[in-house]
Amino acid sequence: MLRGLRGKRFVMMQKVFTRPKTLKDCPTHYCPGCGHGIAHRLVSEVIDELGIRGKTIGIAPVGCAVLAYDYFDVDMVEVAHGRAPAVATGMKRTNPDKIVFSYQGDGDLAAIGTAEIIHAAHRAEQLTVIFINNAVFGMTGGQMAPTTMLGQITATTPQGRQADGQGYPLNVSELLAVLPGAIYVERCGLCSPAHIRTAKAALKHAFELQINNAKGLSLVELLSPCPTYWRMTSPDAMLHIQNEMTKVFPLGKLKG
Amino acid sequence: MCGNEAMAEAAIQAGLDAYFGYPITPQNEVTAYMSQRMTEEKRVFVQSESELAAINMVFGAAATGKRTMTSSSSPGISLMQEGISYLAAAELPCVIVNVMRGGPGLGNIAPSQGDYFQSVKGGGHGDYHCIVFGPSGVQEFADIMPLAFDLADKYRIPAIILADGILGQMMEPVVIPTNSKNSKLPKKDWALTGAEGRKQNIVRSLWLADGAVEQHNYDLQAKYRQIEKNETRCEQSDVDDADIIIVAYGICARIARRAAQQAREQGIKVGCIRPITLWPFPTDTISKAADKSPIFLVVEMSCGQMVEDVRLAVAGKTPVVFWGRPGGGIVTVEKVLEKIQDLTIKPKKK
Repeated sequence: MLRGLRGKRFVMMQKVFTRPKTLKDCPTHYCPGCGHGIAHRLVSEVIDELGIRGKTIGIAPVGCAVLAYDYFDVDMVEVAHGRAPAVATGMKRTNPDKIVFSYQGDGDLAAIGTAEIIHAAHRAEQLTVIFINNAVFGMTGGQMAPTTMLGQITATTPQGRQADGQGYPLNVSELLAVLPGAIYVERCGLCSPAHIRTAKAALKHAFELQINNAKGLSLVELLSPCPTYWRMTSPDAMLHIQNEMTKVFPLGKLKG
Repeated sequence: MCGNEAMAEAAIQAGLDAYFGYPITPQNEVTAYMSQRMTEEKRVFVQSESELAAINMVFGAAATGKRTMTSSSSPGISLMQEGISYLAAAELPCVIVNVMRGGPGLGNIAPSQGDYFQSVKGGGHGDYHCIVFGPSGVQEFADIMPLAFDLADKYRIPAIILADGILGQMMEPVVIPTNSKNSKLPKKDWALTGAEGRKQNIVRSLWLADGAVEQHNYDLQAKYRQIEKNETRCEQSDVDDADIIIVAYGICARIARRAAQQAREQGIKVGCIRPITLWPFPTDTISKAADKSPIFLVVEMSCGQMVEDVRLAVAGKTPVVFWGRPGGGIVTVEKVLEKIQDLTIKPKKK
């Protein structure tokens, strides 16, 4: 037992939980209840645990996560809307010893960048893709995304999304899973501690595949709460993922 | 060797690490040549799913400090403009070859110089420039390629080689400079190589802080002024005593030169100015030549694009006349000579 200066006893404290080194200590610009903070933390923890900070290059999308390089303490690039998988291809092909990941929202990956993600998977690029699906365009003010649920009210579907004229929610992960070049596709939800632990394991596996030089693309889709544009409280947004979104976007491993 | 192949081999000799491209006529020889040679050299070749993807693959490779290029033709280059704007903003070096064809729209596959405005005035959104070369023969393709890479690296800027369907397809004897990469260029300490043992590097084109993009623009403009000062290149022939000076670039410059020689044989004093860099433009050379009050004849395979820069350089000191053909129409020596002869007939007084 140690004693302090005034002779009082104190217990040696051991730090059991702390900010991952890869996640910078800075104020967040994300809205209260947003899932990006959780996803950023999980990715940072995985990078730390795998010891790859020094050889990782990250790609920030256009969308709410455009400033991802303000949070991830790795070499990062910010690219044109939807083009991350093409940029990642140029990086990984010329730097096969580096770990390249893209972090993209559903507007970025499932709308304007559909061609790039499908062809990166089609070419079996050795990349790790983190796909945040919150069913809206967040940064531009909550407009309809291809992933928007039927009936969901957004800035551009004030009456709720109708299949007739606005189409059905787009299941990009299912599309990608049928391609031979996509070797691992899993959908997780950032909606409860248990779900979040599963998501972390999935992210870790997606990075490990690249570290182990597995020949193909890994993608983890994360159903992520957007209380601001879902017009919900944060707890309700979590429940909305569990009870509603998973009906359209079922959780689990789609490939690999 | 055809111009397209000469460019490709010259790029490989200049230390090209990665080529990304999408098929389009009349530049397909570049892509085909690269698919063979880059693989032999164990370097990177990717046939992309679109020109959009190709230019973004270039962006990715360039961001990690690699020497990289793409090639395309007019409609494909239009698709790349978004990426070129981002490359210019993020100050990433690369080389982009445009083997121009007839436009607008899908146009045709015949030679044209219709993309001058797009190349020298920016092309994509925002205030920016690329260094633009307008070589006029297969040998010059081979000689300019290493220079284009070196200047791109030196100034952290995209460089464009503006060719056309004739030059790309034309076969001429050529000596390719070997191992032509300049080893004295500054180190790319800004590149994304993994942050091992150092602070993170960020390559970006978004600055949200108040006044940050304004300042970034001033910084870019300062760089552009340096490039204008140091890198403007042009060739002059028989200009000193000329009554008529033809300004032309690329294949048109060779046609114009022949017409000028034939005119001299007929006793008409014709000289030529051939811009080798289209941006920066040889404004001072043209302005100086205009002091002697010759008539300027600008010849292009377009409806008149470079002529606007010649007029700005001449600044009203003397007449500037344009002749050209758009949409794949080819300029001939006879036609240029005819135009020269027309200019020597003094208008009748009424």
